Amino acid sequence: MDFIRAASLDDALAIKAQRPDITPIAGGTDLMVGINFDHTRPSGLLDLTSVPELAEWSESSGVIRLGAGVPYARIISELGEHLPGLAMAARTVASPQIRNRGTVGGNLATASPSGDAHPALLACGAEVELASVRGTRRMPVAEFFTSVKRNAAEPDELVTAVHLARATGPQQFAKVGTRNAMVISVCAFSVALHPERAEVGTGFGSAAPTPRRAADAEEFLSGELTSRGMWDDPRPLPDTVITRFGELVAAAAAPIDDVRGTASYRRHALGVLARRTAGWTWDEYLTGRQTCA
Amino acid sequence: MSAHVNAPSRTSQDLSESITGGVGESPSRPDGNLKVRGDYAYSSDLGAEDMLWGATLRSPHPYARITGIDVGPALAHPGVYAVLTHEDVPGDNRYGLKIVDQPVLAEDVVRFRGEPVALVAADDPETARRALELIAVDYQVLEPVTDPKRAAHDPALPKLHPDSGCENNLVRYQPIVRGRQDVRADVVVSGTYTLGMQDQAFLGPESGLAIPAEDGGVEVFLATQDLHSDRKQTARALGLPPDKVRMTMSGVGGAFGGREDLSIQAHVCMLAMHTGKPVKMVYNREESFYGHVHRHPAEMYFEHGATRDGELVYVKARMYFDGGAYASKTPVVVGNATTLGTGPYEVPNVDIAGWGVYTNNPPCGAMRGLGAVQPAFAYEAQMDKLARALDMDPVELRQRNAVEQGSVLHTGQQLDYPAPVGELLERARKLPMPPERDPAAEPDIRDLPGGAANTTHGEDIARGVGYAAIIKNVSYAEGADDYSTARASLQAVGGEAVAMVHTAAAEVGQGLVTVQQQIARTELGVERVNIHPNDTSVGEAGSSSASRQTYITGGAVKAACEAVRETLFERAAAKLGHTPPDLAVVDGKLVSDSHGVLADVVEILGDEVIECTREYHHRPTYPLDPETGQSELVHVQHAFSVHRAVVDVDTQLGLVKVVALDCVQDVGKAVNPDAIVGQIQGGATQGMGLAVMEEIQVSDGLIRNPSFTDYLIPTILDTPPMKVDILERGDPHAPYGVRGVGEPPTISAGPAVLAAIRAATGLDLTHAPAGPDHITGTAG
Ligand SMILES: Cc1cc2nc3c(=O)[nH]c(=O)nc-3n(C[C@H](O)[C@H](O)[C@H](O)COP(=O)(O)OP(=O)(O)OC[C@H]3O[C@@H](n4cnc5c(N)ncnc54)[C@H](O)[C@@H]3O)c2cc1C
Repeated sequence: MDFIRAASLDDALAIKAQRPDITPIAGGTDLMVGINFDHTRPSGLLDLTSVPELAEWSESSGVIRLGAGVPYARIISELGEHLPGLAMAARTVASPQIRNRGTVGGNLATASPSGDAHPALLACGAEVELASVRGTRRMPVAEFFTSVKRNAAEPDELVTAVHLARATGPQQFAKVGTRNAMVISVCAFSVALHPERAEVGTGFGSAAPTPRRAADAEEFLSGELTSRGMWDDPRPLPDTVITRFGELVAAAAAPIDDVRGTASYRRHALGVLARRTAGWTWDEYLTGRQTCA
Repeated sequence: MSAHVNAPSRTSQDLSESITGGVGESPSRPDGNLKVRGDYAYSSDLGAEDMLWGATLRSPHPYARITGIDVGPALAHPGVYAVLTHEDVPGDNRYGLKIVDQPVLAEDVVRFRGEPVALVAADDPETARRALELIAVDYQVLEPVTDPKRAAHDPALPKLHPDSGCENNLVRYQPIVRGRQDVRADVVVSGTYTLGMQDQAFLGPESGLAIPAEDGGVEVFLATQDLHSDRKQTARALGLPPDKVRMTMSGVGGAFGGREDLSIQAHVCMLAMHTGKPVKMVYNREESFYGHVHRHPAEMYFEHGATRDGELVYVKARMYFDGGAYASKTPVVVGNATTLGTGPYEVPNVDIAGWGVYTNNPPCGAMRGLGAVQPAFAYEAQMDKLARALDMDPVELRQRNAVEQGSVLHTGQQLDYPAPVGELLERARKLPMPPERDPAAEPDIRDLPGGAANTTHGEDIARGVGYAAIIKNVSYAEGADDYSTARASLQAVGGEAVAMVHTAAAEVGQGLVTVQQQIARTELGVERVNIHPNDTSVGEAGSSSASRQTYITGGAVKAACEAVRETLFERAAAKLGHTPPDLAVVDGKLVSDSHGVLADVVEILGDEVIECTREYHHRPTYPLDPETGQSELVHVQHAFSVHRAVVDVDTQLGLVKVVALDCVQDVGKAVNPDAIVGQIQGGATQGMGLAVMEEIQVSDGLIRNPSFTDYLIPTILDTPPMKVDILERGDPHAPYGVRGVGEPPTISAGPAVLAAIRAATGLDLTHAPAGPDHITGTAG
């Protein structure tokens, strides 16, 4: 097995174009598990950890470009205010050691339904940036996940970044696992309020073949907030609205029974997470407004 | 042939460190610094010049007939030195701890998914793995036997071991009856309880190195719980006399029962002897899940009858234990479960029966708390249920029925040593409670159920408290001659008296090396005590299991040191002409109260080495009557512990945070108090894991979660601070009065946690582990 270390993005893209079969490696926290278990035998590894273009994040006109290789630990320490939903998700990933190495790029490329970054990226309406020697393109993250552990990248493409707006409202992420740390999600949910657009974003994981948005729930909640005039004049959310929101999120799920949980538990738990996180974001919105006022 | 073994130094101590402390103190572990620094060599770190790597081909089916094996293509693969099947087993192709029923390599049938079928030795691990894929095995797949109850009773099922001489697929059936069988009670509660399959989850995978020797024998370096048991079984498979199979312990990365049965032992030796080269084998994590036995899953019906004022009248129990494909420790599980099945309570009328069976599920065998863990979940749930039915405090109910010294158990055995269960309960009740949760305060989510995953900010949390009291036997039982051997020596080295202790007793993390040093320091009055590497050049020590080593090997070390001391005194008498009767050794000097310091030990020793070898046997035990289960003394000793658990449950999501898990335990004599606290906290964590998350999920004979990604064990965020209250009520029959420590906390922690979850939720929760789906009623 070859091991090639790319020194720049151009270098990496050129190698990937020549050898589309080569497997990129970022933190290695997913890939090396597969190699150790002999589930995958790559013909070669393309090490991305020295590619400067992947290793940084930047902000321009309210939009963050988060390099695919920025580890979770930095997202937590540097982007907690800009991208609270993603930072909360990052905090729930694995253990400190894994968070020092694991990246959103690796999470996206694996495209597992249980990847923790995904619900937060979906709720924020993130776009995935893909690059090859043929050029660079962007697509909404919801379109990036095509089926179980499959994504829309072409064989010669790398995930180079995600683009997402700096938070304009409260965001939350919550994940159920069967222990209190270091656990793969049984189901996860993220919600983001986008007051400037009067929209609500959602994303859930481990409860369908791919990470998904709960579009009906988003429309319902934003519709309620708009029709009640609550974006501008926030008041406590009626329980009936929160309950309905939870039901719609649960209804959007298409979970299965597996070793981590039953389908009926997942659907149930997703509803609970949706209700709670919606309540928390709304409380923040309310109190945030109140303190500003 | 001689090979340079870059075998890790097998001594456990960095000899530049000086550690002191005798019996009753808490000296540091001799291997502690090495382990913390990462310098300690485990068996998987072994290597030798010109070494090959072994790998194992395993059955993909739980039950199948083998109709053909073609090793040709694998053997032709470059870098492959040997491909072996059952035809290449030089000796008897059978082994087993209690019943010799397991093939070293499968012959015409495979009985579980993961059963070894063929072996490969190659230049490197990758080549060996690839060669495995080239071995063509033709299987005729059969319908597996997976239901343990049917396996016990249904003659229509295939008999997996037709030669066993037992009915159907039974390994052992044991009834215990005592008192009246037609008795009635004012209040009766009953329930059926089930327990999932727990894994030992040790971190160091099965591994070892075999080096062929010039005399036609083999040197083996490995991690095990019992060198001599391994040697006996391996020699039989190799067709060698035992003294040609020389085994040396290498660093053991945890055991908990999972290293009692053979794994790599016979295989790695076969490959080494066949190729004439050193061969190393190391399982990976997934293979490890198939390569060792697990805790027996169980289904248990219990019925308790009591008077209106809470006195137990009768206990009836029916217990089924799934031993999987081979017997391993199933007979002992049935023996322990039935003899300990009433719990630490006096019950006048008892009707208990246990069945251990063969199925095509993964083989089950030894694990910490062997056979005592399963019934404890049932009888303690029953005690709480009874307390509710009687409207009585659950601790009071337990105290009212608790055994004490002099009590007669349902086997007829009278407890002729302290059994302070009532006192343990009282002390547990009085331990300070953790602070109540303040709903007004901003919570740290890591203190809540769900922890870092941010699932609750305080919503829907209910607190519950639960107690459990348990009983466990210590050491081997039912008439086994249980003994250990120790060789102790004393000599002068550089002007200092230095002792050496040599046993075959496995240090599996429990601290036996420390205890051996402590005993030698106390008995020989010297500071420096070296521990000789464990190997088979000294007599048997028996297994590091059944909470027995401080008692049995401790007893042997004590006896050997006493013999050395006697010899020293004789030499002193010869040299000094006369010595007083109250002679003692303290700090390297011979002293007496009457005469003060008489001489330096070094002076008396001169250039000579005093060396003595002694065996320690515990007093005899007796088998159970096969029909009544009666026995004068089935267990040499019983140990008792009580746990109190406090939990917070997210009742909507079914997530649990154990807030406190406090233990009171009688240890007879605290030889090393710090080590005991460590054993109790670690054991409790393992028991808690079984209550809330640990389960090997098996369907149709297949393990669905053979990895630490999906077989979850508690992290530090799942593990609360634990108060430990130690009682020392010495057992007059045991050396220093010690009582086994390692297993009881594993047994009492889980039932206490489940009791607390029941108290928080009001649910019955009859299955351990109780996962979120059970707690929310969404389990499939
Ligand atoms: C103990 C443990 C616990 C874990 N817990 C969690 C958890 O709680 N939540 C969770 O979501 N994940 C978890 N994971 C999985 C893993 O840590 C994450 O998915 C992480 O985001 C992977 O990132 P990485 O940089 O390490 O990816 P790598 O392992 O380097 O790569 C993963 C895959 O992505 C590809 N890849 C990487 N970067 C790129 C790129 N820029 N362009 C194209 N393809 C690329 C690789 O070829 C590979 O197929 C855990 C892993 C371990 C070992």
